[in-house]
Amino acid sequence: MSNHYLSLEHVSKSFTRGDRTTRVLQDVSLNVAQGEFVCLIGHSGCGKSTLLNIVAGLTPATEGGVLLENREVYRPGPDRAVVFQNHSLLPWLTVRQNVSIAVDKVFRGRMSRAERRDWTLHNLELVHMQDAHDKRPAEISGGMKQRVGIARAIAMRPKVLLLDEPFGALDALTRAHLQDQVMRIHATLATTVLMITHDVDEAVLLADRIAMLTNGPAAGIGAVLEVQLPRPRARLDLVADPTYIACRGAVLDFLHRRTRFVEAA
Amino acid sequence: MLARLRSLARSVVPPLLTLALVICIWQAATSSPGSGLPSPVAVVQETWQLIVDPFYDNGGIDKGLFWHLLASLKRVAVGYALAAIVGVAIGVLVGSSIWAMRALDPLFQVLRTIPPLAWLPLSLAAFRDGHPAAVFVIFITAVWPIIINTAVGIRSIPEDYRNVARVLNFRGLEYFVHIMLPAAAPYIFTGLRIGIGLSWLAIVAAEMLIGGVGIGFFIWDSWNSSRISDIILALVYVGLIGFCLDRLVQLLGRLLARADAAT
Repeated sequence: MSNHYLSLEHVSKSFTRGDRTTRVLQDVSLNVAQGEFVCLIGHSGCGKSTLLNIVAGLTPATEGGVLLENREVYRPGPDRAVVFQNHSLLPWLTVRQNVSIAVDKVFRGRMSRAERRDWTLHNLELVHMQDAHDKRPAEISGGMKQRVGIARAIAMRPKVLLLDEPFGALDALTRAHLQDQVMRIHATLATTVLMITHDVDEAVLLADRIAMLTNGPAAGIGAVLEVQLPRPRARLDLVADPTYIACRGAVLDFLHRRTRFVEAA
Repeated sequence: MLARLRSLARSVVPPLLTLALVICIWQAATSSPGSGLPSPVAVVQETWQLIVDPFYDNGGIDKGLFWHLLASLKRVAVGYALAAIVGVAIGVLVGSSIWAMRALDPLFQVLRTIPPLAWLPLSLAAFRDGHPAAVFVIFITAVWPIIINTAVGIRSIPEDYRNVARVLNFRGLEYFVHIMLPAAAPYIFTGLRIGIGLSWLAIVAAEMLIGGVGIGFFIWDSWNSSRISDIILALVYVGLIGFCLDRLVQLLGRLLARADAAT
C-alpha cells in the first residue's frame, strides 16, 4: 500500500490483433501527490494517450494497476474527469447543456435543481464562457469548445483532472490563453492534474513535475523532472528565467537525444 | 419582403413552368380522336364531380375520393407506426450488439429484397382478412430501411461520445436517452423517410388486390369500369399525398432536433 494520492503501479499494456501482440507500455510507475500538476510528455505514438485512458478507466491495463486514494481504479467515473483531445462535446446540446448533463448526473440527489443550475453557470464562468451558453458547439471556435470541455470536466469536481493533449489542435495564441486559464483553475481549485502534451514549453510552464516517456514500443517513463518554479508563474517573466531555461533544455535533451538513442538501440 | 418574394418565385416558378409544358405535350398527344388516353381537358371535365365533391358517400364502395384516401392513410398509419416502433427497437439491438448483428443482419438483407406484394398472399392466409393483411404488408415493407438505418446510426456513434458517456457512468436507459437516440437521430429519420415512401408505394398495390375502400381499390375499380380519367385524378392525389407524407416525416425530424435544443 502506498500513501500517494494517485499512483500508477507497474502498469503494462499490450494490444493483441490476430496472433500479433504489441507491447505499448512497459512497467510504468508514477506517484502523484494531491494537488500536484504532472505532465506526461513524449513523442507521438509512444502510448501517452493509452496511459491516460488506463488512469481514466477507459482502457484496462494488461498488468499492474492504478490506485486513487488507495483504491483500485477499474472502470471510468466522474472522479477522474477527462478533457479529450478533440473536445468531444455533444453537438445536439448547447454549451450550457453540455455542462449541465454532467452536473445533473453527478450531483443529482446531492444538490437541488437551482443549485445544479448555479453550479453549471459557475463553472462556465470559470472558463469565461458565460456569454455563450445558448450556443451549439458548431457555432463556437475550437478554443471555446475546449474551454467548455474543461468546464464540463471540472464541474464534476473530480479528484483527478485528466487532460489528453487538450490544446494540440489550437493556434499558439489561443493555446497560451487556455494554458493561463488552466493554471488559474489549478491555483483556485487545487485539483490534481495529469496532463498529456507534446509541447515542451507547455509542460514546463504548467507542471510541477514532468514525466518523460521513452519511445514505443514498450514505452516507459525514462526520467522525471521537477520544475522548481514558484507559482503563480507568469509566462513573460519565465522567458529569461534560468530555471525555466534549464528545465526546457533538459526536456528537449531527453526528447531529442535520449529517445533517439533508445530508438537506435 | 421583396427578397423573400423573389426567393419564393425562384423555387415555385420553374416547376410550374415544367408542369405547364407537360400538360401542353399531353394535350397535344391525346387530342386526336383515336387516342387511347383522355386529354387533360377531358380529364377535368369527366372527373369534375369527383373533384368538387370528395366527401359524398352513397354507401358500399361508392364514396368520394376523400374516404378512399382516408382509408388508405389509416392503413398506412397503423402499419407504419408499428414498423417505426419495431424497426427502431430492432435497429438499436442490431446496432449495439455485435452478436445480434451477426445473427440477424444476413437474414434482414435477404428479407428486405422481397417485393412488398409477394408478402400479400401469405399475409392473407395468416390473417384471413383483407384489412390486417394490407396493414401487415405496409409494416413488412417499411420496417427494413428503419431497422437498417437505425443500426447504422447506432454503430456510427463516435467513440468520443461513448467515452463521455462512460466517464459520466451513463448506463441503460440514461445512455439510450442522452447519447444513443440523439446521436443516431439523423440516421433514424433517414430510415423513417424511406419507410414512409415505401409504405405509400405498397398500399396502393396491396389495395388493388384486397378490394374494399381505399385509393388502390378505387384505381383498380376505375380500370374495370374503363373510367381512365378517374384513374388519372387518383394518381395526382396519390402523388401529392406521398409527397406530403415524405415532407411530414422530414418536418418531424427537424422539429425533434429543435425541441432537443429547447429543453
